[in-house]
Amino acid sequence: MLLEIDDVSLLYGRIQALHGISLTVAEGEIVALIGANGAGKSTTMRAISGIRPIATGSIRFEGEDISKLRADLRVRRGLCQAPEGRGIFPGMSVLENLDMGAYTRRDRAGIAEDLARVLDLFPRLAERRKQAGGTLSGGEQQMLAVGRALMSRPKLLLLDEPSMGLAPMLIQQIFDIIKEINEQGTTVLLVEQNAQQALARAHRAYVLETGKIVKTGTGAELLHDPAVKEAYLGVA
Amino acid sequence: MTTVLERVRSGREAAGERWRGAPRWVRWALLVAVIAFFYALPNREFYQYLGPIPTPGANFTQVLFTVSIYVLLAVGLNIVVGFAGLLDLGYFGFFAVGAYTVAVLTSPSSNLKTLWPWLLVVPLAIGLTMLSGVMLGTPTLRLRGDYLAIVTLGFAEMIRIAAVSSEFLKGQRGFNQIPHPPGKYADGKPFFGVLDARPYYWLVLTLIILVVIGVRNLTHSRVGRAWISIREDEDAAQLMGVPTFKFKLWAFASGAAIAGLAGALFAGKQNFVNSQNFELLNSIIILAAVIFGGSGNIVGAIVGGGLVAYMIERFRGIELFGVELYEYRFLIFGLVLVVMMIFRPEGLIPNRRRAAEFKDRRKEVIVGE
Repeated sequence: MLLEIDDVSLLYGRIQALHGISLTVAEGEIVALIGANGAGKSTTMRAISGIRPIATGSIRFEGEDISKLRADLRVRRGLCQAPEGRGIFPGMSVLENLDMGAYTRRDRAGIAEDLARVLDLFPRLAERRKQAGGTLSGGEQQMLAVGRALMSRPKLLLLDEPSMGLAPMLIQQIFDIIKEINEQGTTVLLVEQNAQQALARAHRAYVLETGKIVKTGTGAELLHDPAVKEAYLGVA
Repeated sequence: MTTVLERVRSGREAAGERWRGAPRWVRWALLVAVIAFFYALPNREFYQYLGPIPTPGANFTQVLFTVSIYVLLAVGLNIVVGFAGLLDLGYFGFFAVGAYTVAVLTSPSSNLKTLWPWLLVVPLAIGLTMLSGVMLGTPTLRLRGDYLAIVTLGFAEMIRIAAVSSEFLKGQRGFNQIPHPPGKYADGKPFFGVLDARPYYWLVLTLIILVVIGVRNLTHSRVGRAWISIREDEDAAQLMGVPTFKFKLWAFASGAAIAGLAGALFAGKQNFVNSQNFELLNSIIILAAVIFGGSGNIVGAIVGGGLVAYMIERFRGIELFGVELYEYRFLIFGLVLVVMMIFRPEGLIPNRRRAAEFKDRRKEVIVGE
């Protein structure tokens, strides 16, 4: 297993946000984490990337316990998150943002190669390479956040709501790109409110409700599960 | 009103474009001319032709020395506030640590009676200030937000109160006969004397240039990129693998070291240090100067620090309707700051990035409504 999360709980002050979550991600997979607003999806991501400390349980990456490891050291091990929403550097240009993604790396040739690949995946970013990140549209910023995370050449890419606030056509596009990234060999853990799109592309998925995992299965299984359909896909 | 503002803005942007577009040698020539101007400035033979620039109410050379110290402090604080985005309200506390280190180790009125020469104590003063920065930063920089502002505010007050009431630091009586920097003319007269402030000004000016070169190199390196990323979005910086705590501590300690240097220079010039030199107001003035000039931009910090320190002295000796303007200097300064924050929150000469960040934040506010 690339990532194993075992019985993790997390507190925001006195409020318990996660109640003993367990999940796994195997190499090569796309795993989706779906759930309503406030279910604890983003919190789970923060726990994995190390931005929030966990209260109990363990997080293992490539078999090693990283529960107490600092966030920046987790990046060096190959775990990189594209933060949700406006998580880019607004004052830096597109290229500088992408360059920050490769902060932990020193292999110039490899960085140049990945830059070409990212600009190839996101032609819009190539067009706007000199523009300040903050002047990009919401969709472009989202692409920049994903591209920047790719620049660290992660073993596991964590995507927090990559489709948030995007137009339907762009959503389609960004999910196609995620699929492509995965086919090129990057494992993806994805948090989404857009359950339809996420389940259609994920190998496996977990359903999160008020800080607990209530259901798990393959993407296709959950897509046709009546309870999931009713709660998250808007089908009666 | 807006059209005037627009015209001013576009005019300045055009000037900026022209500067960036100018050939390399033109920029170098201009830079050399500006530096030469400031080296020549304290000579009476030169400044008597400068019309209203020399201060009527105070010795212009002395004023220039004060201004240069403020510029050095602004350059240092700019690392902390401008680059790393850490709000430091007690920056003058580090200046005090530097000045007192020199005073305690060199002055004959100190209990230690070490009487070391000035030059030997300067690196010690810088080191000790840096250490105090690390000690203050280690517990507080792990936290986000306002904690640092409050702790630094408290730190500056602690230093001041210790200076006022501790027997060891002599309070109001202070330390006298602090030695001057070394150096002699050919005829045996000391280069750094009591009456002439010019050599001290030249010394500080030279050090400012060296510090600016150092800071510039730092900001164009990985360290600088890390600082800027922390300022723009600390979470995102951490998610990209930047060890944020380490770099914040670095910024804090380098800023402190520069303040320590400024303090040591001040003590070496003044010859006398007591508790009255370190009011909280000074911390606020320097912070305001950095923001006024354009935090995040070295040139902005220099202009801000220089202009603020100079204007305050410039008011001396000017009478308006029977009151001396100097009495109202902080009122005027405050008004100017309020106007600035309304019309130009990014400062006089902002960093291009910083301006984009401000625009981004404004957009966020509008989206939030």
